[in-house]
Amino acid sequence: MAASGIGVSVRRVEDFRFLTGRGNYTDDINRPNQLHAHILRSPHAHAKIKKIDASKALKGPGVAAVFTGADIEKDQIGGLPCGWLVTDRNGQPMVEPPHPVLVADRTRHVGDQVAVVIAETRAQARDAAELVKIDYDEQVATVGLADATKKGAPLVWDQAPGNICYDWALGDSAVVDAAFKTAAKVAKVDIVNNRLIPNAMEPRAAIGDYDLAKGNYNLYTTSQNPHVIRLLMSAYVLKVSEHKVRVYSPDVGGGFGSKIYHYAEEAIVCWASRKLGRPVKWTADRSESFMSDAHGRDHLTKAEIALDAGGKFLAMRVVTVANMGAYLSTFAPCIPTYLYALLLAGTYTTPAIFCEVKAIFTHTVPVDAYRGAGRPEATYVVERLVDEAARVTGLDVAEIRRRNFIPRDAFPYQTPVVVQYDSGDYQSTLEIALKTADYSGFAARRAESAKRGKLRGLGLSTYIEACGIAPSAVVGSVGARAGLYESGLVRVHPTGSVTILTGSHSHGQGHETTFAQLAAERLGVDFDKIEVVHGDTDKIPFGMGTYGSRSLAVGGSALVKAMDKIIAKGKKIAAHLLEAAEADIEFKDGTFSIAGTDKKKTLAEISGAAYVPHNYPINELEPGLEEQAFYDPTNFTFPGGCHVAEIEIDRDTGVVQLVSFVAVDDVGRVINPMIVEGQVHGGVAQGMGQALLEGCVYDQKTGQLVTGSYMDYTMPRASDLPTLKVSTHNTLCTHNPLGVKGVGEVGAIGSPAAIMNAVHNAVAPFGVTHVEMPATPERVWRALQSAPKAAE
Amino acid sequence: MYAFNYHRAKSVDEAVKLQKSASEGSFLAGGHTLIPTMKQRLAKPSDVIDISGLKELQGISVAGGTVTIGAATRHGDVANSPEVKKAIPALADLAGHIGDPQVRNRGTIGGSLANNDPAADYPAAVLGLGATVHTNKRAIEADKYFKGLFETALEQGEVITKVTFPVAEKAAYMKFPNPASRYALVGVFVAKTKGGVRVAVTGAGPGVFRSADMEKALGASFEADAVASIKVSSKNLNSDIHASADYRAHLVTVMAKRAVAKANS
Repeated sequence: MAASGIGVSVRRVEDFRFLTGRGNYTDDINRPNQLHAHILRSPHAHAKIKKIDASKALKGPGVAAVFTGADIEKDQIGGLPCGWLVTDRNGQPMVEPPHPVLVADRTRHVGDQVAVVIAETRAQARDAAELVKIDYDEQVATVGLADATKKGAPLVWDQAPGNICYDWALGDSAVVDAAFKTAAKVAKVDIVNNRLIPNAMEPRAAIGDYDLAKGNYNLYTTSQNPHVIRLLMSAYVLKVSEHKVRVYSPDVGGGFGSKIYHYAEEAIVCWASRKLGRPVKWTADRSESFMSDAHGRDHLTKAEIALDAGGKFLAMRVVTVANMGAYLSTFAPCIPTYLYALLLAGTYTTPAIFCEVKAIFTHTVPVDAYRGAGRPEATYVVERLVDEAARVTGLDVAEIRRRNFIPRDAFPYQTPVVVQYDSGDYQSTLEIALKTADYSGFAARRAESAKRGKLRGLGLSTYIEACGIAPSAVVGSVGARAGLYESGLVRVHPTGSVTILTGSHSHGQGHETTFAQLAAERLGVDFDKIEVVHGDTDKIPFGMGTYGSRSLAVGGSALVKAMDKIIAKGKKIAAHLLEAAEADIEFKDGTFSIAGTDKKKTLAEISGAAYVPHNYPINELEPGLEEQAFYDPTNFTFPGGCHVAEIEIDRDTGVVQLVSFVAVDDVGRVINPMIVEGQVHGGVAQGMGQALLEGCVYDQKTGQLVTGSYMDYTMPRASDLPTLKVSTHNTLCTHNPLGVKGVGEVGAIGSPAAIMNAVHNAVAPFGVTHVEMPATPERVWRALQSAPKAAE
Repeated sequence: MYAFNYHRAKSVDEAVKLQKSASEGSFLAGGHTLIPTMKQRLAKPSDVIDISGLKELQGISVAGGTVTIGAATRHGDVANSPEVKKAIPALADLAGHIGDPQVRNRGTIGGSLANNDPAADYPAAVLGLGATVHTNKRAIEADKYFKGLFETALEQGEVITKVTFPVAEKAAYMKFPNPASRYALVGVFVAKTKGGVRVAVTGAGPGVFRSADMEKALGASFEADAVASIKVSSKNLNSDIHASADYRAHLVTVMAKRAVAKANS
């Protein structure tokens, strides 16, 4: 059993079908007699819709229907709901504007859904879309975050003066102010966390298939959480009972958060299918993905940290403006608040922290969680501040961290920003990373680079994150409109093979492998006799899905609970069959035995007895061997780690090349080291993308999306990365049964700060103290051009 | 993509006839610009005339100090050609850095030159080496072929058949790729030829152009230092989210310097 249990790099069972083209993605699915939808999207960032004339389009070949916002209103289809209510610093609820699935009177971003054309073929729908005449009255748009709150800025919503969705704060500002007054030194940063476009490999797609015979809706969709979509769509949008709705998310080609949310197209295809009596399919093209998938990040932050004479952090003050875009996406309000400010203690003992966040509406695509969601933003603030603190105090960047780490023996550790960390070993993690990165040899490497005309820099990020989301009561008390438990069902079949049904959803993470390893270890069943089922609301119990690195910590824990119920029931059956007391039955490696004897029954024999209960304690025990559990965590988990980046800058061009990257992460217990390493690789690639390459650009005047394709939006390539040195130094989570923390996001959370700190380190000899992220060639070149001094 | 008629021409003459009889006929070689533009519905040809398979447009030959490349020759074939590598290594090197392997296995030299994208690589080699563009009607010197943004000397019904490159004494191409698209943000081709030094710049302006200042300086001394201090005017250079005109102007000097160093190495 050890060959495929916990801690083994089992090859991913998913990969055969993915690598041989046998995957089954939403766009691979075609329903008999299906129609195709094309969404007409606003070409303007802000416009009044004066008139829509679809008469010509309706006469186009193959056209079945053209629907607009007026049809949505007529059928009383609801708007897309927001799943989180943030209460502002004065106790007032955030401004929560409507989010119609087709807008009727006004468009609020380029790409806003205005109408849907449905035809026999996709090409016909697109042809007919060009015949729909929409009379727009273009309005001035609010585009940039910096200008959105200025007097006279056009309002995205009349009910949100100053375009403010909420003005939120956390912490005691008086205590922080007092600490700053006593400070020996203060370090400040003024930073941009660049807006990112998710770019999952598979564009979003949806098929609505209304079953007239049963009166049921079937939705095939690219979702990270099919049950959440079923609940939101049935209860708030279509207003039908959820037992009449099945949501099926088959293979999904990457999500990174962008496929958490309930999107308009999902509701449109279901509603249209019912109206037309035929299945309706929609698949985004890449350009649509750029302008309709929720974007990520987009913060402006001013932060400062107060230090005593010994370099100890006394207090931190953070002021952030966060972009919500034009509408509130499903979880948008919680990202720059509860997934951000709660992480501002980082791995340090900073005793007082005050953070204020203004969430702002702009005429841009909605912004929501994207791999890391709030935590990369927090890490960037904290880790840039720490490096700036090292600069103003003259301390070494590793030394200032050592002086401020939460010590290993201080756990559980209560931070000043609500959360309590359960475990960690930050200094050891740092020392391992420094050794792996040959920190002491850096000066020699820098000198060698200089000989080649390159500026070398080294940067650290000793980050923390909170994942395994989340305790339902805790998140409920701060505005979540959902619980964040997970479900698991374990079905032992009569001959002893096992099917696992989970509310988690795998869209690249490899759950079908990891969860099977869990069951192989816990139940002692052969790995290849275990099947993991996810993604179909008709099969799986109600569950919350996959995001926030929660699948193993929450979903895996639910499975452990369910398996423990299986074992407990198995013991009762074994006690009956072996004619022993239940208390004397032990379970190990798939076998129930009487302790201290060789009398035993395998799990297969027990399940056989459970399903063919001829010799069975039928009066006390139900037949069958199938158990379900829900697991609601008691705390977040807190992965952390140390990332060490080394970069070289080409002085002539400003090009930054990442030349070395070391990650030592604490992710708790590792089930599959290969998958963990792969997750870190992917996360670091995305983090490098944020640090050096990616940035969503809107035309500041017109609100047109300038980076609307791969001609202008720079995605990371393999050649942008060195061979990553990835390892773990794990401490166990203390509050879930597996001791796992989560690994899905750490790479993207820790790495941007490490890389940007390395960039700053490289240009420091020139007196340059600020380079904006992403550190593009021209930015770096300009920083060097206007440098206060010629280097040493 | 809108519906269109597809033709596979059997000869250049037939291709020209097919185009003449079409209401809006487009020649298809590698298709790397035409097809994406059609997919975006920005181009709407009534007829697409495929000339990519024409034998008379294929092939590479080297003779008498001239490299001849058929118009429908793929970038990958130029990049990997032992003859080109030997005669004008800079040309093979340039072709080997166009786009990615998929692009190089489809895109053709004739297609690139007919399209004359301001950020394409081949125009820099053609202008930098003083090549001649041959069509079904005439031979056009490089200096008279490029007419600015997507504009060339080609007339209606004129098809590029081959390009002849005089072998240079020394030559090299240095490209600063656009980080997103990998087109040339700035590309500089330098060549020391019998007729003198030629410096061609692509990516930076509305079309490929020569730098007289640099040619003069390199004519006096074909060393990297000779161009290192030549400042290029940013006037009329492109400016976009990836690079301002000033930065492009600076990159022209840097790439020229590096190209000379490479040519001399």
